[in-house]
Amino acid sequence: MMQAEPSDEIEISTIVNDAPVTRRVKARQHLADFLRDELGLTGTHLGCEHGVCGACTVRVDGEVVRSCLTLAVQIDGRIVQTIEGLSDSGAIAELQVAFLARNAAQCGFCTAGMLLTAHELISQRAAATRAEIRDFLSGNFCRCTGYQAIVDAVDEVLRRRAGT
Amino acid sequence: MSAADREPAGLIGQRVPRADSRRLMRGRGRYVADIALPRMLHLAFVRSPWAHARIRGTELAAARRHPGVAAVFTGAEFAAICEPLIGVARNRQGHKSAPQYPMAIDRVFWQGQPVIAVVAASRAEAEDAAEQVVVDWEPLPAIVDAEAALASALPIHPELADNLAFAHTILVGDPDKAFAEAAIVVERDFVFERQTGLTLEPRGIIADWNPGSESLTVHHSHQSPFQMQDVFSRHFGIPEHKVRVVTPDVGGGFGLKINVYAEELAAVAASRLLGRPVKFCADRLESFLSDGHSRDHRIKGRIAVTQDGRIAAVEIDDVSAIGAYGMALRFNIAEGMMSITSSGAPYAVANYRGRTRSVYVNKNLIGMYRGVGVPLAVAATELLTDLAATRLGIDPADFKRMNYRRTEEMPCMTVGGLRLDGCSFEACLDKLLAGMDYRALRTEQASLRQRGILRGIGIATFVEPSAYGPPYYGPTEARISVQDGCTIRLEPSGVLRCLTSITDQGQGTLTGLAQIIAETLGVPIERVEMVSGDSAVSPYGGGAWASRGMTVGGEAALKAARALKENILLLAASITQMVPADLDIKDGEVVARHDGRAVISLADVGRIGYFRQDTLPKDLNVELAVTRSHVANHQAYYTGNGVQGVHLEIDPETGFITLLGLWAVDDCGRVINPLIVDEQVRGGIVQGIGAALYEECIYDKDGNLLNGTMADYLAPMAAEMPDIHVDHIETRETTTHLGAKGIGEAGTIGAIGVIWVAVNDALKPLGASLCHQPFTPERVLDAIRAAARDASASLAPRTE
Amino acid sequence: MKAPKFRYVRPSSVDDVYPLLARHGNEAQILAGGQSLLAGLNMRLSTPALLVDITGLKALDFISLVDDEIVIGALTRHTTVLNSPVVRQHVPLIADAIRHVGHVAIRNRGTFGGSLAQADPAAELPACVVALGATMVLGSSDGTRRVPAEDFFTGLMQTDLRPGELILEARIPAQRNGRVHGFAELSRRHGDFAVAGIAALATLDGARIADARLVYFGCVDHAGVARHISAALIDQVLPLGSTEALLDVLRRDLMPADDPTMRADTKLQLAAVLTRRTLNALQEGPVR
Repeated sequence: MMQAEPSDEIEISTIVNDAPVTRRVKARQHLADFLRDELGLTGTHLGCEHGVCGACTVRVDGEVVRSCLTLAVQIDGRIVQTIEGLSDSGAIAELQVAFLARNAAQCGFCTAGMLLTAHELISQRAAATRAEIRDFLSGNFCRCTGYQAIVDAVDEVLRRRAGT
Repeated sequence: MSAADREPAGLIGQRVPRADSRRLMRGRGRYVADIALPRMLHLAFVRSPWAHARIRGTELAAARRHPGVAAVFTGAEFAAICEPLIGVARNRQGHKSAPQYPMAIDRVFWQGQPVIAVVAASRAEAEDAAEQVVVDWEPLPAIVDAEAALASALPIHPELADNLAFAHTILVGDPDKAFAEAAIVVERDFVFERQTGLTLEPRGIIADWNPGSESLTVHHSHQSPFQMQDVFSRHFGIPEHKVRVVTPDVGGGFGLKINVYAEELAAVAASRLLGRPVKFCADRLESFLSDGHSRDHRIKGRIAVTQDGRIAAVEIDDVSAIGAYGMALRFNIAEGMMSITSSGAPYAVANYRGRTRSVYVNKNLIGMYRGVGVPLAVAATELLTDLAATRLGIDPADFKRMNYRRTEEMPCMTVGGLRLDGCSFEACLDKLLAGMDYRALRTEQASLRQRGILRGIGIATFVEPSAYGPPYYGPTEARISVQDGCTIRLEPSGVLRCLTSITDQGQGTLTGLAQIIAETLGVPIERVEMVSGDSAVSPYGGGAWASRGMTVGGEAALKAARALKENILLLAASITQMVPADLDIKDGEVVARHDGRAVISLADVGRIGYFRQDTLPKDLNVELAVTRSHVANHQAYYTGNGVQGVHLEIDPETGFITLLGLWAVDDCGRVINPLIVDEQVRGGIVQGIGAALYEECIYDKDGNLLNGTMADYLAPMAAEMPDIHVDHIETRETTTHLGAKGIGEAGTIGAIGVIWVAVNDALKPLGASLCHQPFTPERVLDAIRAAARDASASLAPRTE
Repeated sequence: MKAPKFRYVRPSSVDDVYPLLARHGNEAQILAGGQSLLAGLNMRLSTPALLVDITGLKALDFISLVDDEIVIGALTRHTTVLNSPVVRQHVPLIADAIRHVGHVAIRNRGTFGGSLAQADPAAELPACVVALGATMVLGSSDGTRRVPAEDFFTGLMQTDLRPGELILEARIPAQRNGRVHGFAELSRRHGDFAVAGIAALATLDGARIADARLVYFGCVDHAGVARHISAALIDQVLPLGSTEALLDVLRRDLMPADDPTMRADTKLQLAAVLTRRTLNALQEGPVR
C-alpha cells in the first residue's frame, strides 16, 4: 500500500507466520524490533544492527532478508515468516533434525539466521557442493561452531533429498 | 566394588545431542534482550569520544526534558552508592590499579568509557536524549603504546606512581650462560594485536531493584551468577541473600562474559535509584568499544639449542597493554603471567627466563578470553623451536619429539612452573602425523617449491591447563568459588531433576552432566532435567570459565548420582522387602541384579517415598535429594595437552593465505561426548584462525578505535574456513572418578601457534619471517619485500 | 543503535517522487533497497528528516533487451540480476560481478540503481557499468537526462545526480562478439567490499590486445576508466609477464589512499597483480 503523505507513524497490515497483523508502527522502527517488541517473536536476534552478522534473518515474501535493514513499515502488504513460524509449520524440520544430530547449534544466537538461509539454499540449489554451501552461508556469522557442523548438516539434507 | 561403582557401557562417551538445542533451534531461547519486566526502562550511555580527557562540565537539562526520559545520571551519582572496582590480586606483590567507578566522574581514560547514563522508556528514546547531552571536554594527551607508557613520566592515573600495573620474572637455571654457549640461537620479536571476543549476543543486563522487598534481581548475560551476586552485594551494600542473579540463555561467552564490567554496575545503580527494572543491552558499536578486549602484547623471545638439537634455554620477555584499569576479579595480568608460565611447557628445558610487564594505556580494558596467555606462549615456543630445527636441518616434528617431556617423568614441573601430569605429547604427535600424512605433505611442499608455490606446514604442541582451583584463586583473595556442586532429586514422576552450579553458554556442558547422571543412575537421558544459572536455586559454585564444566561439575554430578542411587536402592529395598545389594537400576526401573527382572519403577519409588511413607518402616528416612560438590584442592589446575597441524598456501604476489587443511589431536582425558567435544575444538580453532589471520582492534595514536563495526573488524565467516579433522587420545585424569580434563580452550590455544609456524614455514624459501599477528596480506607482502631487500643488500649470512 | 526519528512516505508513481524531493531538498533521502541507508541510520551516521520509499515504483523493476542494449531498471533487485538469463547471455561481466555483491539476504533487497547511487568505491557494479560503457538515465521534474556512466561517478561516494534527480535505469551495450571481459576482486572474506578489483572489457586479435577498457574498484576513490593502463595495453601480446611494468603505468591512473589496514602502495601492488592475472585469463575463462 502506498503512503502518500509523510508521516512518522503508519498503519500496516501484514501476515506474520500465517496470522494477520494490523498495527500502527513508528517509521523508524526496524522489522526486527517490530517482530521482537510488538509481536513478542524474540526468536529473531540482533547481533549487530548494521546488516553484517545475519542473526536477524527473516523471510519476507519467501526470500531471506536482514530484518535490521528493513523498516517495519516496509512489510505492509507483505508476508513475513520468522523462525517460530517456520518451526511450527515444520517447513525447516529436516534441517533442524540434521542440526540437532550434528551439534550445529551451540549458543543458538545465530541459529535462526542459519536455518532460514540454509532453507533458501536447499530450496533453490538442490545440487549445491560443500563450497557452495559455505558461500551461501557466508553472510551468517557464527562464533561458536566454526561452521563445519552447520555445513555438514546442510550437506546431509541435500544428499538425503537427492537420494545419494 | 559396590553397586554404585560399576561402570556399565552407557551414555558417557556417546554422541548424545544437546537437549537445549531443540528450544534454541525453534526460536524459543530466552536471552536477556528477550526479557521484558513491568515498568522496565532502557539505558543508553553517553560515552567518551576521547581516549583521555578531563570533564569540565555537563549540560543535562535538555536530555532530562526529552520525551520518554525517566532520569539522566552522572558518574558522581552512581559513585555515591557503589563501591569502586579495584582490579588488584592480593597475592601479586606490587600489583596496582586505580579504582574504577561505574562511570567516569571527572576524567576519562579510554575511548568509549561511559560518562552519563540516560534511562528512558525505550532504547531509541534514550539514544535520542543522549544526543542532547552536552559534555565540556578538555582533551588530554593519550598514551596508547605500552613501551611509551612505561617510559612516560606522567602516569595516566595520577594516584599511581607509574603505568606499570605489575611485573614478574621467572628465573630457572642460568639462561645467560646457556645463550652465551649455545650452538644456535634463534630470536624473534612477536606482536599480537589487540582483539575482541565478539560474542554474537552482545552483553546484556536487567537490574531489578525492588524497593518493597529491598532485594535486587539481576538477569545477566554472564558466565557466573554467584560471582556477580557477590559483586552486586558488596559493591552496593545489599545483603548477599537479597541479591539474586539469573543467567538465562547466553549467546556465547568465551571468557568475555566472565569479566566484571563497571558499566553493568551502572545499570544496577540506575535501578537502585529509580526503584524500577533497568535494562542495558550493549549494541554492537558499544561492544567493540567496551567489551573486555584481549591480547595486545609484544613478546621478545629467543631459544638456545645445542648442535645435536637439544633445547638449552628459552627466554621470553612480554609486555602487555592491559588498558586503563585492572579488571576486577579476573585480573588482566593473567595474560602476561600465563604467557611466561606456559612457554616451553612441552619440552625439557633447564634454563629459562620469563618476564612479563602489564602496562596501563589509554585503551579499553583487557579481560578474559579463550586461552588467555597460553596461545601466545605456544606461538612463541612453537615458532622458535621450528626455526631452530630448520637451522639445524632437523625436521621440526622430529625436533619437537626429541625434546618432549616424557610421560614416564610425570608428574613434573615445566620450566615456567606448570605442572604436567598424564600428558601424552608423543602419542598425540604420532596420531597427528599419521592423520595429516605429514611425510606426503612435506614431499609435496618440496616439489611445489621448485615451481615457486609457497606451501606452509605447521605443527604446534601445547598444554592446556584447565579448571583452576583454590591454590590459584584463593591467595588472590578474589571472591571466586572454584568448587562446584550438584543437587539431584528424584521426583514423584520418576524424573531426576539436577541443579548444577555449572553454567552453559552453548558448549553443551549441561548435556554432558545429564549423560553422567543418567548413566550412573541407570535412567534414560530423557528422564534427567537440568537446571542451572540461578543463584537462588543452584548449588553454590563457580559457573563456566577455564574449561571446568565437565572436570569439576561433572565430578560433582557423578558423586551426587552415586549417592542418590544408594539412597534409591535403600528405599526400593525397603519397599520390596529385598536387600539393596541385590538391586540395581536399569532403564529407569529398579531391577533384581541376578536376573535383571524389574522390581519397581522409579516413579513408584518416588510416589511411595513422597506420599506413602505410612507404608514404610517408621524409622526409615531416606533422602531423595542429595547434594555433592567437588573442589580440586590438590593441584592448581588439571593439565590436558594436544597437538595441531596445518597445511596452507601463501600467494606471494598478493599476500593472501589459504588454509588447505587443519588437524587436531587432543588429550582431554575422558571424552564425555565426542559430538560436543569435537565441536568445541572446531569452534576454538576457528577463533584461533580469526586471531592469526583476521582480527585486530585498530587504534590510532590518539586512542581512537578505527574499526569498531562488524564490517571493519574481520572475524571468520564460513567461506574461508577449512574442514577440520579432530581426533583424541584419552589419558584419564587420575585424581577424579570421572577422569575428564578441560577442552574448551584447546582449539584456540593450538590454532594460533600452528598458523604462526606454517606461515613462517611457507616463507622460508624467500628468507622471510613474519611475526606480527594478524597476518594480513600487507604484512605478508612487507615481510617478503623486506627479505628481498636484505638478500640483495647483504651477502653476509643472516644472524638469527 | 536505534535510528533517529524521521518521517516516511511511499509514493505510488515516479511523478509523485519529484515534488517530494523538491519540497524537502537535502532533508529527504531516497529509500530503495535500504541495505546501505538503513545501516547508516541505525548507526546514526545520517539524520534525514524524510525517507522517500521508492520501492513501490514497480515500473522501475525490470530487465529488458532493446536493440542490443540491456536496460536494467533502477529498482531491479540484485537477486533478479543474478538469476537473469538475459544478463548472463548479453552482459556476462555483470553476471560474474553480481555474485560478489554482498550476501544472499543483501542481494534480495539491494537494488541495481541503489548500488550505483551509493557509488561506493569498493563496489562492483559502478565499475562494471563504466567498463561496459553504459548510459545512466536520470529522471527529474524536468524530464530525463542521460549521462555516460564513465562521467557519472565523480568522487568518493559522489555522483552526478542533481538535487531532485533519481536514477531510472542503466542502458548497457550488450557484449557482442569479439568483446571479451574479465572480472576479478580480492577481498578478505567472500562478500566483503573489495580491497582491489578490476572489471575489464577488451577486444583480442588472437593473443594481441586490440582494445582495452579497464576499470578498478577497491583501490580507487571512484569508478572511472583507467585511461593510461587501458591505452598502454593496446598491442600487448598475452600472456603478460611483468607486473612491475603494469605497476608503473597504474601509478598514473590509480591514486589510492592509505587506510588503516592497507597502504596505498599495497593496493597498487594488488591492482597490478589482478591486472596481469585477469588479462591473461581473458582467453581462458574467468579468473579464480
